[in-house]
Amino acid sequence: MFDGRYAARVLQLQGGQASSAAAQPVELPKQSVDEPETQAASRSNEAALQLLTLLQREGRFVDFVQQDLASFADADIGAAARVVHEGCRRALRSHAKVVSVRSEAEGSPLTLERASEDVKLVGNVAGSAPFRGVLRHKGWRVEELTLPTVVGTHDSRLVAPAELELP
Amino acid sequence: MSAKFVVGIDLGTTHSALAVADLGDTDARVSVLEIEQLVAAGAVAKRALLPSFLYFAHESEPALSLPWDSERRFCVGEFARSRGAEAPQRVISSAKSWLSYGGVDRRAGTLPLGAPEDIEKISPVETSFRFLDHLNEAFRAARPGDGDLSAQEVVLTVPASFDAGARDLTVEAALAAGFEQVTLLEEPQAALYAWIEHNGDAWRSHLRAGDRVLVIDIGGGTTDFSLIDAVEQDGSLGLSRVAVGDHILLGGDNMDLALAHVVGQALAEQGKELDRFQLGALAHACRAGKEKLLSDASLEQVAVVLPSRGSQLLGGSIRGELRREQVERYLLDGFFPAVAATELPKARPRAGLTQVGLPYASDPAITKHLAAFLARHAFADAAGGATDARPPTAILFNGGVLKADILRARVIDTLNGWLEQRGSAKARVLPGEDLDLAVARGAAYYGLVRHGRGLRIRGGTARAYYVGIESPMPALPGLEPPVFALCVAPFGMEEGTSAALPPQELFVVVGEPVTFRFFGSSTRRSDAAGSVLERWRPGELEELPKIELILPAAGRSAGDVVAVHLQASVTAIGTLKLEAIAQTPLVADERWQIELSVRHGSSGEA
Repeated sequence: MFDGRYAARVLQLQGGQASSAAAQPVELPKQSVDEPETQAASRSNEAALQLLTLLQREGRFVDFVQQDLASFADADIGAAARVVHEGCRRALRSHAKVVSVRSEAEGSPLTLERASEDVKLVGNVAGSAPFRGVLRHKGWRVEELTLPTVVGTHDSRLVAPAELELP
Repeated sequence: MSAKFVVGIDLGTTHSALAVADLGDTDARVSVLEIEQLVAAGAVAKRALLPSFLYFAHESEPALSLPWDSERRFCVGEFARSRGAEAPQRVISSAKSWLSYGGVDRRAGTLPLGAPEDIEKISPVETSFRFLDHLNEAFRAARPGDGDLSAQEVVLTVPASFDAGARDLTVEAALAAGFEQVTLLEEPQAALYAWIEHNGDAWRSHLRAGDRVLVIDIGGGTTDFSLIDAVEQDGSLGLSRVAVGDHILLGGDNMDLALAHVVGQALAEQGKELDRFQLGALAHACRAGKEKLLSDASLEQVAVVLPSRGSQLLGGSIRGELRREQVERYLLDGFFPAVAATELPKARPRAGLTQVGLPYASDPAITKHLAAFLARHAFADAAGGATDARPPTAILFNGGVLKADILRARVIDTLNGWLEQRGSAKARVLPGEDLDLAVARGAAYYGLVRHGRGLRIRGGTARAYYVGIESPMPALPGLEPPVFALCVAPFGMEEGTSAALPPQELFVVVGEPVTFRFFGSSTRRSDAAGSVLERWRPGELEELPKIELILPAAGRSAGDVVAVHLQASVTAIGTLKLEAIAQTPLVADERWQIELSVRHGSSGEA
């Protein structure tokens, strides 16, 4: 199960020699991931799958969305929503830094000096800047996204493997 | 080779952490190194903490690959912990508690307990090695230009309550990991170093000569107390560690489990039976709920929801509730009851609970353990009280559990109540920093201190050590001959010093192992090497695992009896070394090393 470095080292120590040879970094085998044929596209798919996996693992997101809610009472949905909310929030916060685009309170008047991708104009969309209106949604921007590194030959499409409990 | 960095390692019962300081930089600050680890199947990420769990892959599972090893069949860290909850027989947890438990051979393959046959069990020492080895690999991966931890100065922290044998075994694991420049440091001292580092030079304005700091360290699995005095030293302020507490296996995990049982009970009364998996999930949910209740005084209760195990989240989930009143009753009154200073923990041995198991504290009341510690070391009137007993004047908290305001407040109020009753001034709280990472940070800072860049806490060994010798009395049938305790190492020996040679001779048969009973005392501070105790108060001496001496026959005839003196010294690493010195040496300076943590029976290969 393990490499023999520990046993070898213990033998040496018991022999009373602090050999410096064993202290040297051991050449570890390089990662042997089979590079798939598809490149950039598959990598962004990979990231999306990873995010889904995270949200499922921490917050049962896929379970929740896949289930038909029609026959359930709001109290049941509420209980499930806590699981989903708490877990997805934890997953999001530990892997992404999400900030609001505008700091003003929603519902307050706002003047936009220049059109910008940051702010979408809605309603009577006409004329030219400056645009005067009311902030309806403060917007979200992901400032940082740090997803775990994929290692090994794990099939990333498996956002949740089936589980078989052995008695 | 001269090291570029000092690396502080907090090898914890439930988590490990690593901090680094640059020796080449005279204004060096300590920084925490995030540890790359497997966090889920096929996913590696960096985390400030490495959970101290080791999981063994089953043949049905793919390799537990790391960026530096694609073939690995085991893992440590976050995934090991979560996977371990799903397959509990395949995971090792609390290895550190096993390392300090003399009831098992700590070099024999005993873990995981109850592992299935496909797992080749490993020893508590090897488990510690695996954690250290992972930290080394993560360091190498994070700082490819800086080489290996074997090339750095490593400060490894241990509980103040670890005895000489457990300290030795910790060093054994570190040497196996290739750390050749390793030094041990007591965790509560590390917490105080972190506080000093955090406050910069200003720390001297927070403490005055005459102050006595009580360090209370409550981690996931253990509780540790120390007293550190601020003293006048060559015209400036010095620090000296004067007392450490017993090893108490009691921590935050016990508290989460207790709450899970309370909520689980309520669910059972509603006819909702939980299986093992759900109980595990419940402990998690209770921890989250507890943290919410403890940090927001306006909440009266929080919902604790156990998601269904199947994919149908709705309908299958179980909803429970954790109420403020429960948290207060079970956490505050269960683990931190407001007790009198005279109320000591119940020392009830747990009979028949398990065949092999850790000696968990039988009384969960941490405040009672604190009362016992102070009775012994700070309040002179109690039985076995130390000679320079003085109450604490300041408190430093450490460990994740104490992040909760109401728990800290309960400890402060209880302690101050005791002090008030005795007519002493109240103790003030030294504001700490990150309670999870302080020990690793403080350890790295201590590495700088060793290079003269800061004040060193003095104190030396936290115990006096004794060997048991049979009294020269006629044997009586059915009665064991009484044992005297011969002090070989006095309290407070500093690193790099040797104790005086006790005048008493011990006789050893050449070529045969001789075992001695071994004792430690954290209260007897004035016994010199050579003192013989014919009797002692209950609890004053604690029996440690036996020690063993074998004189090789070289140069002597087998069966010869040789007279030796036992001499103790403390190595630069911070471990205790016991040697037997021949009274009439065959060659100059003839001496033999004494094994502090004896292998049990014939367990075969280590």
